[in-house]
Amino acid sequence: MEITLETASQVIDFLAALVLITSFAMLAQRRIYGLIHLFAWQGLFLAINTAFVGYMADKSHLFISAGLTLGLKVFLLPYIFYILVHRLNIRKEVENMVNIPTLMFIGIALVILSYYVTAPVRELSTLMTRSTLTFALATVMMGLLMMITRRNAVTQVIGFLAMENSLFFAATSATYGMPLVVELGVALDILIAAFIFGIFFFHINTTFDSLDVDRMAKLKEDEMDE
Amino acid sequence: MSMDSFIIEALQVLLVIGLAPAFAGWVRTLKCWFQGRSTPGLFQPYRDLFKLFSKEVVLAYNASWIFRFTPYLLFGTAVLAGGIIPILSIDLPLAATADVIVLISLFAIARFFLALSGMDIGTAFGGMGSSREMMIASLAEPAMLMAIFTVSLVNKSTSLAEIVQVIYSGQLILRPSITFALIAFILIILAETGRIPVDNPATHLELTMIHEAMILEYSGRHLALIEWTSMMKLYLFVCLCIAAFAPWGIAVKGSLAALPAAFGFMVAKLGVAGLIIVLIETGLAKMRLFRVPEYLGVAFLLATLGMLSFFILD
Amino acid sequence: MNYDPITIALSSVVLLLGTALIAPLFRRSRNTLINISFILASIASFCVVAAGYYAVETAVVSTATLPIGLPGLPFHIRLDALAGFFLVVVGLLSFFVSIYSIGYVKGYAGHRSVTSLVVFYCLFIAGMLMVVLADDAFCFLVAWELMAAASYFLVMFENERAENRKAALLYLVVAHVGAIAILFAFGILAGFSSGDVFSGYTFDAMRKAEIPVYWATAAFFLSFLGFCAKAGVIPLHVWLPEAHPAAPSNVSALMSGVMLKTAIYGIIRVTFDIIHVFPWWWGSIVLTLGLISMVMGVLYALMQHDLKKLLAYHSVENIGIILVGIGLSMIFISFKLPLLAALGLIAGLYHTINHAVFKGLLFMGAGAVLHATGERNMEEMGGLIHKMPWTAAMFLVACLSISALPPFNGFVSEWLTFQAFLLSPALPNRILILLIPLGAALLALSGALAAACFVKAFGVTFLGHWRGHHRPHVHEVDWTMRAGMVMAGVTCLLLGILPTIFIDWVDVIAEQFVGSTISLSASQYGWMWLTPVSYERASYSGIIVFIGILVVVAAAYALLHVKPGMIRRSHIWDCGFQKINSRMQYNATSFAQPIRRIFGFLFRIRESVEQAPHAGHKAFPKKITYYLSVKDRIWKWLYKPIVDSSFWLSRQAGRLQQGRIQTYLLYSFITILALLVFLR
Repeated sequence: MEITLETASQVIDFLAALVLITSFAMLAQRRIYGLIHLFAWQGLFLAINTAFVGYMADKSHLFISAGLTLGLKVFLLPYIFYILVHRLNIRKEVENMVNIPTLMFIGIALVILSYYVTAPVRELSTLMTRSTLTFALATVMMGLLMMITRRNAVTQVIGFLAMENSLFFAATSATYGMPLVVELGVALDILIAAFIFGIFFFHINTTFDSLDVDRMAKLKEDEMDE
Repeated sequence: MSMDSFIIEALQVLLVIGLAPAFAGWVRTLKCWFQGRSTPGLFQPYRDLFKLFSKEVVLAYNASWIFRFTPYLLFGTAVLAGGIIPILSIDLPLAATADVIVLISLFAIARFFLALSGMDIGTAFGGMGSSREMMIASLAEPAMLMAIFTVSLVNKSTSLAEIVQVIYSGQLILRPSITFALIAFILIILAETGRIPVDNPATHLELTMIHEAMILEYSGRHLALIEWTSMMKLYLFVCLCIAAFAPWGIAVKGSLAALPAAFGFMVAKLGVAGLIIVLIETGLAKMRLFRVPEYLGVAFLLATLGMLSFFILD
Repeated sequence: MNYDPITIALSSVVLLLGTALIAPLFRRSRNTLINISFILASIASFCVVAAGYYAVETAVVSTATLPIGLPGLPFHIRLDALAGFFLVVVGLLSFFVSIYSIGYVKGYAGHRSVTSLVVFYCLFIAGMLMVVLADDAFCFLVAWELMAAASYFLVMFENERAENRKAALLYLVVAHVGAIAILFAFGILAGFSSGDVFSGYTFDAMRKAEIPVYWATAAFFLSFLGFCAKAGVIPLHVWLPEAHPAAPSNVSALMSGVMLKTAIYGIIRVTFDIIHVFPWWWGSIVLTLGLISMVMGVLYALMQHDLKKLLAYHSVENIGIILVGIGLSMIFISFKLPLLAALGLIAGLYHTINHAVFKGLLFMGAGAVLHATGERNMEEMGGLIHKMPWTAAMFLVACLSISALPPFNGFVSEWLTFQAFLLSPALPNRILILLIPLGAALLALSGALAAACFVKAFGVTFLGHWRGHHRPHVHEVDWTMRAGMVMAGVTCLLLGILPTIFIDWVDVIAEQFVGSTISLSASQYGWMWLTPVSYERASYSGIIVFIGILVVVAAAYALLHVKPGMIRRSHIWDCGFQKINSRMQYNATSFAQPIRRIFGFLFRIRESVEQAPHAGHKAFPKKITYYLSVKDRIWKWLYKPIVDSSFWLSRQAGRLQQGRIQTYLLYSFITILALLVFLR
């Protein structure tokens, strides 16, 4: 099937926009199960995007990356989180430290900022994915924003993983993906990290009886206590 | 401006007045089917209006001229708006007198007077309805404007006839900006026409009402006109959405021969639109009042993202 | 005798000054005093309108040098298109308000002497006219001071109330801070003019001067600061909601309607005319401040329950909208897009005259309500539409205009501003393109919030039942007040349905300052269609929309109206609760409550509810007290620190006064030594 460059860049732009939407939706989401589902959707859109770019640019290693993303980010990791939330009886709502409309506005400001920042790259790049670099950078920063403004440790980890998703996305849009060995290494690291996080969650939960990060502030040394 | 265009204009206005209750009936019928109830039929709104027209009008002792004048003003502005939006054809003499911003302001006049008449009698419910309605309207305006801005950026005009022509003459491109604007616009339509999840049009509990609370004092013919206007408003907003985003089927030439086909397309598109509305209404629950700003914030966000995507991705 | 516009304008000013001088002669007979002075004032205003109209129409620049002023530093005056436009703005509203004042001032309680009101009123208008006509810094600042001083005395008119005195003092302080800033700005501009030392203060010399970029920026910021202090732009708006309600309503109409516009005149004159080359970021600052004032102004207004304070805050909002238009124009012209700059400038100027007319009408209406009921607090009013139908109808016209609803004038200027926003993608700067549309969304938000606020204002004041405890005897106001209001209302409608005629007339200003006109495209399709850039882009026909609404509503009424026998009057529906009373209605505070909850984080809001339960059963409250206070954050963040630090500085400086003679002699001794050393 002959797909013109024109149509291809439209499809890529569309998928990029969908990834951005899932990022905003994760910022606005109040329920943990919803967050996990959105994370899975984000992974799915990324996998499709990567596969498509791989097809159009004739880079077969992107297919492997896409498959890896699909397996890990869409199925395995969400399943792990689901089990964790269930086992640890974590509260199903997430509280924000900043209210949601403010987060939305910060998100928009981040998009504008990343547009400004990636302007030189856009001038020089000749790839068909160059216009999606803005969205990729914005989603990285929104993942970090998610980590900052959430109270619950599970959601912070999901924010971290969303950041990793977005970095992967940025790599695809800037240079058609990283070398395969780097990608495999990163994927393995993510998997190990998820297991380690799971172990930590169990320990934290046993110690504090909750995964609220505000409680962990008690760990700092304070002369006023005791 | 040939004779044909005036005939088309007249036909379109009559169509708006005549078909709006049928569209409302279609939405209600679909809702009944989805909710497993038996339906009173597609033409029940006509029967309701007829019944109301023959009833006596009861006015409070202190109803002022604003209260009595508002139903006619509402009906008039809705009819005028019906003459501006390209529904069957873009060859309308009135289409050049007003662009999209003027159209939105026509609805704003109607809302202003309706809110005033809610406050006119001096009951607590009327004031409550007016206050809530104005709050929702004030938050829906920026989102609506952003969506229109995005559409006008893509089509380089705010005049509806021009937008339709540009979409026709261009290729079929799937733009993220237009998609975001479309979703935002659908969310706004639900807010502006008072559907779930913003307001329940079928509620009987006064404290949950927004639009209904403003019209609690109206009766008889006045109430019939106001109900008719709200049906026309839903119809017109859906037609506006279709004209701005999916206008294929609207006649671009001024001849009368193209009208039957345009009518058929319009009926089909309205059917689909009704289905989408009912799916959303059945799937969501009415939000509490102070969640509506978040909902409208999401609409504004989507519209802004659409605008940003236009510059970033194109 | 030659009838050129500048002579007419000058003679009007002389007439006003003369009226101020002879008014005290009539202080025995109140009615004669009022009649004669206000009729003379209205004649003067009318002549000014004619002069200004001709000045813009013919686009001829006429100058004159008056023999007043210091020896060697005479006053120069100049009547060009921009001055002519602002003469029309000042004169038009002054004409309406002067006629209104005849009835209004007569209604002032008998024991108070109105001589000072009359005298300072005439001086006030004369000052504003001279500000617009001035062509050099000296004349400008003298006229500016005259305007400020006259309005100070007018604000202090009811000086037995402490709050009025405080408001007047605050007003005076802010006005003088602004005046000093403007003085410095002129000083910088005059300092760079070539030619001999004593002619640098004329605007002509400043125009020709070559000013280095940093100094030009300093001059711009100083003058902008000074004019913003007068215009009431946030954060220098604090005097507006205190001073405007304190003044008598006819004066408030003038202050809000035209005095703020002289500041806009100043901004346009200094920026577009004198410093005619500027970078794009000046325009961005103007645009940003305009947007902030616009949104914050309307939000402040929503929190008010005093009718005149609410109107005063709306002036802040509308000045913001005018600055938005001017800011966009500045941005466009600095990127060399003259057609778009003309659109922005015309939108700003159109909103200037629109605001003057509808705000004047609103204050006149509020004054009529105050005159008839003695109340300014909306929470005590209600149901006035039955007793004051004319006032209610005109107030409604003004409410529709300020809420930017067609077919009235507020809509046209907001529509033009929106079109200017929609054309911003033509800018080459990529970041501005992303940020400016957000400004358009803010404009839509403020328009909708203004509509909400005026539903509240009109609904609570005129509709429903009387909410207050004591019931005054209310009657409609007399014919002079009604005449003033009706004329303003008709002007609102005409400005709304004949925009092309107005734009054709005022376009010469755009041509002079930005080098392009929009009237060629705007009226390309005739006088009925406003097509600012092109027909395909956007078109609006005010008159057809107006006629359309009239025709369709009339047809609906004719075909579908209720037959007379089918109406029955009855009690209001009370949901079965029979003890419904007028205190159960929504009032201003409750109407604004949802919006207050959403936007309340911008203010300092303290809210509390206390219930005193019934002795018999806890569930039934005997008395409920609701306490709400909404305060301006800017007082605490900006003004209080400034006031505190100035007090601290004064205390430190106070240490110099030891009270002993030896110390003062010591100071003189040190000064003499220092002079001897340094001036050797």
